[in-house]
Amino acid sequence: MNLPRISFRMLVCDWRAGELNLLLFALVIAVGGIATVGFFVDRVQLTLSRQGNQLLGADLIIVSDHQISQHYTDEALRLGLVVSNALKFPSMVAKGENSLLTEIKAVATDYPLRGELRISDNISNVSSPRADYIPNAIPSSGSVWVDDKLANRLTLKQGDTIEVGATKLTVTALITQEPDHSIGFISLAPRLLINAVDLPATNLIKQGSRVTYRLLIAGDAGLVKSFKSWAQARLVLGERIEDIRDARPEIKTVLERAEKFLSLAAMASVVLATVAIALAVRQFILRHLDTCAVMRCLGTSQKKILKLYLYYFIMFGIAASSIGCVLGLISQEVLTYWLSTIAEVEIPPPSLLPAIHGLLFGMAILLGFALPPLLNLKSVPALRVLHRDIGSQNTGSLAGYATGLVTLLVLFLWQAGDAQLGISVMSTFILAVVVFGFFGFLMIKILSSLLGQTRGVWHYGLASILRRTAINVVQIIAIGLGIMALLTLTLIQNNFLQDWRAGLPSDTPNYFLVNIQTDQLRPLENFFEQNEILSPTVFPMVRGRLISINNKIVLSENYFDTRAKRLIEREFNLSWAEEIRSDNKIIAGHWWENGGIGEAVVSIEEGVAKTIGIHLGDVLTYEIAGQILSVTVTSLRKVNWDSFRVNFFVVTPPSILKQYPATYITSLYLQKEQLTVINKLVKNFPNFLVIDVEAIIAQVQKIMEQVTKAIEFVFLFTLLSGLAVLYAAIVTTHDERVYEAAIFRVLGANRRQLVRVWVIEFAILGGLAGLLAAIGASSLNYIVGKYALNMPYTFNPWVFLAGLLFGGIGVVVVGLIGTRGALTRPPLQTLRKIA
Amino acid sequence: MAVDPIIQPIVRAVSLNKKVRTGDTQLIILQDINLVINAGETVAILGASGSGKSTLLGLLAGLDTPSSGTVYLDGVNIFSLNEDERAAIRGRILGFIFQSFQLLPALTAIENVMLPLELLGSSNARTTALDLLGRVGLGMRLKHYPKQLSGGEQQRVAIARAFVTQPKLFLADEPTGNLDSVTGAHIINLMFELNRERGATLLLVTHDEAISSRCTQRVRLAGGEIIN
Ligand SMILES: Nc1ncnc2c1ncn2[C@@H]1O[C@H](COP(=O)(O)OP(=O)(O)O)[C@@H](O)[C@H]1O
Ligand SMILES: [Mg+2]
Repeated sequence: MNLPRISFRMLVCDWRAGELNLLLFALVIAVGGIATVGFFVDRVQLTLSRQGNQLLGADLIIVSDHQISQHYTDEALRLGLVVSNALKFPSMVAKGENSLLTEIKAVATDYPLRGELRISDNISNVSSPRADYIPNAIPSSGSVWVDDKLANRLTLKQGDTIEVGATKLTVTALITQEPDHSIGFISLAPRLLINAVDLPATNLIKQGSRVTYRLLIAGDAGLVKSFKSWAQARLVLGERIEDIRDARPEIKTVLERAEKFLSLAAMASVVLATVAIALAVRQFILRHLDTCAVMRCLGTSQKKILKLYLYYFIMFGIAASSIGCVLGLISQEVLTYWLSTIAEVEIPPPSLLPAIHGLLFGMAILLGFALPPLLNLKSVPALRVLHRDIGSQNTGSLAGYATGLVTLLVLFLWQAGDAQLGISVMSTFILAVVVFGFFGFLMIKILSSLLGQTRGVWHYGLASILRRTAINVVQIIAIGLGIMALLTLTLIQNNFLQDWRAGLPSDTPNYFLVNIQTDQLRPLENFFEQNEILSPTVFPMVRGRLISINNKIVLSENYFDTRAKRLIEREFNLSWAEEIRSDNKIIAGHWWENGGIGEAVVSIEEGVAKTIGIHLGDVLTYEIAGQILSVTVTSLRKVNWDSFRVNFFVVTPPSILKQYPATYITSLYLQKEQLTVINKLVKNFPNFLVIDVEAIIAQVQKIMEQVTKAIEFVFLFTLLSGLAVLYAAIVTTHDERVYEAAIFRVLGANRRQLVRVWVIEFAILGGLAGLLAAIGASSLNYIVGKYALNMPYTFNPWVFLAGLLFGGIGVVVVGLIGTRGALTRPPLQTLRKIA
Repeated sequence: MAVDPIIQPIVRAVSLNKKVRTGDTQLIILQDINLVINAGETVAILGASGSGKSTLLGLLAGLDTPSSGTVYLDGVNIFSLNEDERAAIRGRILGFIFQSFQLLPALTAIENVMLPLELLGSSNARTTALDLLGRVGLGMRLKHYPKQLSGGEQQRVAIARAFVTQPKLFLADEPTGNLDSVTGAHIINLMFELNRERGATLLLVTHDEAISSRCTQRVRLAGGEIIN
């Protein structure tokens, strides 16, 4: 006997007869959904980080305080990445009598690898907006490009010669936009861009010079990633790797939350797909009990039956998953087109990989849930031919669901890509299965005590729920999980879209003024008044070096973390304040009262505290202008860095720092028409450093917009798979319901009576599931918000109403659509088909 | 056929045809059936398996739709109505008994019997149903679900359900087909008794010549046609 052939014939028959419709539907949606969401998440992440990388000038940078070893370059080139070397160092630049401490950057061909460098030929005329363009190469040997600070202070014009170390170079253009210009407060000095080939002639790079070497790397995201992990293992003292996340904290939070959300959405789609498949498999097994019994009667061995169905499912799985893959590829095409309209970067074409991912997923889940009940199926007693009730009890066996769950768990972690998040979300879902099952069962039992008191349609609606307690509990779990996934995503999405949809407020500061002296405060105020600009708040800044924590000397060598090293090595900007700022939040300890007069205390930003290892109650000792100051940490603060306002890591009460030499810093928002004020300002206060963050704000704003759109789109997809689950859950009891409807019809029931019975049944099921889902979603939202997204949890009572209504109404609508055929079909046709 | 103008026939089938299409072959299940059954008659429908008996009974009850022709139930052309209106007529004048009982598994014996009355909006469904279940000998099994009852007991519940609305017409499709002969005989007796008590009309599909001989009229089917 040729088993595969028989299996194939069975499959073709069942397929034609529509027996496999539900399973096919579930599998196609699942595979298609995973292929699409997986692909989409991939693309969106890539697009977003490319967009972000424009601000870095590369996808990845190796930064070092010594000449970067050739093997990094070799490995990058071997992988097919592009590289470019750059170095940065401070030095005096002179024109005639005047000289100025400048940050010099020497770059090589291909700089920048990402983002845009823009220059203007108009150097001296600063009052009108300059016409700028993207140069097609870096400055040629012998020529340099300057920034407006340098141009202003040295009153440079095109063709001027400046002295850089031992050589003379010609100014040819002015830089209007530099992709990797950091907005940190470290590099506020004027900037000069030179060609690396001119470097030896300057004779400035000597032993002991403060040079930062940078190796810029860009290329395919996957290759960059593997290069990163390769390089990470080989970093030596003084070297570090920077990507956009390290360089731009504002973008880091946006991107990370978006990625977490997208991976949550992907996880949700996995859960939903699995639930749909598990339900469809159950229906299939129930329908095939009879076939098995007959085969047993005809003397087929158990092993043969198992093999028959194994072949059957493998063939079916491949066929259905392939259809799903095609669906996935088509929607990838659509998405790619859509994405290309919102993103400016080039989007990688649809790839087969997520589709294969989806295919494997489909097969694994199908077999994971189908095989264990199949093991039951093969042992269906032949006696079932005579007594139909025999052998239908074990189909929903625990073993079956357990195997499926384990399969799911493995795939889930794979999909999540983030083990911790994956495990916590998965455990919540497993817990939800247990809790939903328990409470679903309990609530049905409570309803059963009401049964005696009900009449008419209520009675029949309730009675059919009670009779199918077991399967209804499964339905409640399934519908509950579906709604829970959707509610969770909605809650989280709402939480962060609330901030982002609005984007940054229109008066987000676009200029920072640094290095304001104490005696300039009054003149500056007057200046603003004269120019009819609202005087912004100024913040004091005292520079100090952290020398010890709890009397233990702090040494950068003792830190492995590169950010910690950097923080220790440079001077901190300390500030003072009486009141806590409204955009700061105390997360541990407490802020000082009554302005904290005489209290030697300090408040530290939590991120810095974590990086350096500072705890509440620690005594920090700073060296400020040659004096020693010890303060106790009495609070840790959370700071909203996305706001682009001036913020400080370290803040004390005014009385502590006021005696030290301080400078002031402020931020302000200027409209386009007011920009000439800046030039006046620079003339009046030549010592000020003016930092323009307009370009960065625009980028961040754009990224936020794109993230918002992407999230909304992915959410829509998950919503569709949620509806598929709802449908699958309802179809599970479809046959029984249609059968009952036929009998009701025989006995003279009209359409209205039948619909009312169903509405009651569906509404109770859906309402229960929705209520439980709301509880689950609230808990999951709390967990994800707290551990994965770092967002404060806000209890939302509307979730319960939403769960109840969505569950109740959703199930009623989907249920009635699914069963409407039974209302018009003559009853005898139904009875003949089923009995 | 001449019809007595005073006695309205309870069932009248007029050139009833039923064809089904399977693939590209057309199967004729019933062909040109004409039938008149007057109130109070007991009619046996006889025929080999597959001759179309169930199909005919289903059409007479309006449980299925014919390919052509029609059926008048108590003077009403039931196939000029929609499914809902046909259901209403069934609820009012008709009781149906199946070979495989077709009780609702979610409901207890008494609830199954009460169901047709509740669908009609009757207020004393429970007492009527109690009466009838006692009459068929199941007074002690009211709260039992179909699963907990034997085949014979299930069929008795089905009979009680069919009689509970005091219908004028009973249709029974091989009511004893799934029962042993002793139980079967009890069921048949019960049906004839109840039918006689209520003065209703009984239409019964059977293979059993002994049963058919108790009927006032016999209709023989072969290959979808009446061959009297
Ligand atoms: N919906 C249908 N599709 C195809 N064949 C049908 C259908 N309904 C009935 N038949 C066929 O019509 C014939 C008569 O069926 P039925 O009325 O059940 O016979 P009986 O009750 O006399 O045994 C049988 O051959 C049956 O297979
Ligand atoms: Mg029959």
